Amino acid sequence: MTNNTVSSTARVLGAGLRALLVLTLVCGVVYPLAVTGVAQALFNDKANGSELKDASGQVVGSSLIGQRYDLPLKDGDESPAPDLKWFQPRPSNGLGSNSANTQYSLILSGATNRSGDNEELIQWVKDAEAAVVKDNSTATYKVDHDDIPPDAVTSSGSGLDPDISPAYAKLQVHRVAERNGLDVKEVEDLVADHTTGRLLGFMGEPRVNVLELNTALRDRTQD
Amino acid sequence: MSPQLAGLLQLIALIAALALAYRPLGDYMAKVYSSEKHYAPEKWIYKVIGANPAAEMRWPAYLRGVLAFSAVSVLFLYLMQRVQGSLPGSLGFSSIDPDQAFNTAASFVANTNWQSYYGEQAMGHVVQTGGLAVQNFLSAAVGMAVAVALVRGFARSRTGELGNFWADLVRGTVRILIPISVIGAIVLVACGVIQNFSGIHQVGQFTGGTQEWNGGAVASQEAIKELGTNGGGYFNANSAHPFENPNPLSNLFEIFLILLIPFALTRTFGRMVGSLKQGYAILGTMAVIWIGFVALMMWTEFAHRGPAFEIAGGAMEGKETRFGIAGSSLFAVSTTLTSTGAVNSFHSSYTGFGGGITMLGMQLGEIAPGGVGSGLYGMLIMAIIAVFIAGLMVGRTPEYLGKKIGTRQIKFAACYILVTPALVLGFTAVAMALPTPSDSMTNSGAHGFSEILYAYTSGANNNGSAFAGLNADTQWFNSTIGIAMLLGRFLPMVFVLALAGSLAEQKPVPETAGTLRTDKPLYAGLLVGTILIITGLTYFPALALGPLAEGLAS
Repeated sequence: MTNNTVSSTARVLGAGLRALLVLTLVCGVVYPLAVTGVAQALFNDKANGSELKDASGQVVGSSLIGQRYDLPLKDGDESPAPDLKWFQPRPSNGLGSNSANTQYSLILSGATNRSGDNEELIQWVKDAEAAVVKDNSTATYKVDHDDIPPDAVTSSGSGLDPDISPAYAKLQVHRVAERNGLDVKEVEDLVADHTTGRLLGFMGEPRVNVLELNTALRDRTQD
Repeated sequence: MSPQLAGLLQLIALIAALALAYRPLGDYMAKVYSSEKHYAPEKWIYKVIGANPAAEMRWPAYLRGVLAFSAVSVLFLYLMQRVQGSLPGSLGFSSIDPDQAFNTAASFVANTNWQSYYGEQAMGHVVQTGGLAVQNFLSAAVGMAVAVALVRGFARSRTGELGNFWADLVRGTVRILIPISVIGAIVLVACGVIQNFSGIHQVGQFTGGTQEWNGGAVASQEAIKELGTNGGGYFNANSAHPFENPNPLSNLFEIFLILLIPFALTRTFGRMVGSLKQGYAILGTMAVIWIGFVALMMWTEFAHRGPAFEIAGGAMEGKETRFGIAGSSLFAVSTTLTSTGAVNSFHSSYTGFGGGITMLGMQLGEIAPGGVGSGLYGMLIMAIIAVFIAGLMVGRTPEYLGKKIGTRQIKFAACYILVTPALVLGFTAVAMALPTPSDSMTNSGAHGFSEILYAYTSGANNNGSAFAGLNADTQWFNSTIGIAMLLGRFLPMVFVLALAGSLAEQKPVPETAGTLRTDKPLYAGLLVGTILIITGLTYFPALALGPLAEGLAS
């Protein structure tokens, strides 16, 4: 009886192992390779990360991945100051750097995971609001506290949000125009050109892709 | 258009898409699991396994198949991670530590996909694609097999036979999950999800310099991650990462994939037990709870109560601009009412009540519509409890689908519903009583408690999402959540299959005037009430200490 149980257990475990190996071949080798083949043939650009090039053909990043637009780090400062010549993205307080494989400097996507009553988050939001008011007010344009949209002062889920709301872009127009020596109207048009509405009128939220906007802005100012 | 109206329209579009797929997919799945035909590739697979797909199994044999296959899978995935450092195609990433490797192996085999590791910096191509993504398929196929075995228990009489586990496993994988995943993956690539096998490479940046990125077979994994209600992200930020979920269309499409099979299985159930109306009653119950939760979530997130959100003017912390409040809320409810656990926004930064809704969704047992397979069998257990309660009220022996619900059956059902609450509340209590686990919290007070309650709720219910402020990569959490995931997955399966066997042996009871009509809205209403009351009584005290306290204080 005991021998029977042992041998029947061994038999079913053997069947399980063979099933796992053959299904690994199907689901873990054939399937992903087939999908990769189709993806690379039909959507080569997207399958490889939607890289964006500027007018000179230089790769400036991926239009899907947010990046920072900062001045070089000054000695003695903890973090670099934003380069106010460019449209600024959302805060990314949840973004990390690699801790497991330190031979690389991979970016670690992530959120802050702070709750609404978390003191640190409350302070981050307050500091961000103060910075938005200070950075974006010019001689002729004062930022009203109530005009600051929530995305301007909160970190996204990935920390890599490529977009800002049209309201936050609008708020930055005067500053960007001043710093680049452009007309406000010209920059407003540029923002309008790079604003994506809701798909079919109802899917998602209206947004402005910051990298695409800044790239168009630089192409304009360098002409 | 206001964001609220846009949210409502997205909900309607989603319901319309699910309704369109419901009949063809539900009928197709019924055919897959009833057909006697074997395709040539399947015959080859059976030959390799050494199984006769036509051999009927009684419940102990079926269970042995489930457990043996899953045990081998845990061991294989564990070893794969342990030797990652020496495997080619691993991007130079090192091997995973024993406690984390155990946690991850248990997690993916148990269809949970709890992740205490950071995808983009820990797992190379071979482990992601050849190990983790494979279990995304297979754990889902196992869940569906067990659900179908239970349905056969209702459909069959005077036999103890429940079908053949190997045949159900293989068919679910090759006839259902793979074809839909291929289409899904290509749609996702068309939206912008990456699909390549690049190594770690530099990408030029706007202000000069470069960023380092790893490539990956992300779209192929993303499709089955949602379709199989798995949820384990390629990247740490999961479906909030633009390479996993690049735009509002991919977002709605991923939610659609999450809900597709769990809802359609109610049609499969109706077909197989010979009464489509019985399937509709179960569908109605699931849909009412899901829509109710979506409405509550949208209300609390748009209302954005909580000090930080009120200063910011909206609850956008942890949410992506392209999805907004509506697209995030819809995803959060759908992922926690199924066993998915993928996230497109971070639940820890939801409002107090919003976080509570995600927890309650899991605590209902993930049955509205629930995980692939596990949602259906979990809901059928609740259906049995509901007829039992109705039977007590009128003093009649309860019946369901022509089967008597006697002492033996109700014992199995009762054991089933006790497993996860015991795991969740037991482990949470112990973790709170010990001095060190609370060092892992990011937030303090009620929200800190919620982080731990959420972790065990998510693990034991095989969800996998997190209040991710909790640093779960400690030996304590890796081990205890790993155990909770395995017990929370496989103990209930034991009771389900034992129940299925006992039902299949019975002879059918003829329907009389006194039989409770379980295909009517009245019964669906009773079922909703039963689910809410049982869960409410079980979890209310714990919820009151966490999300309710936080929500009421703000």
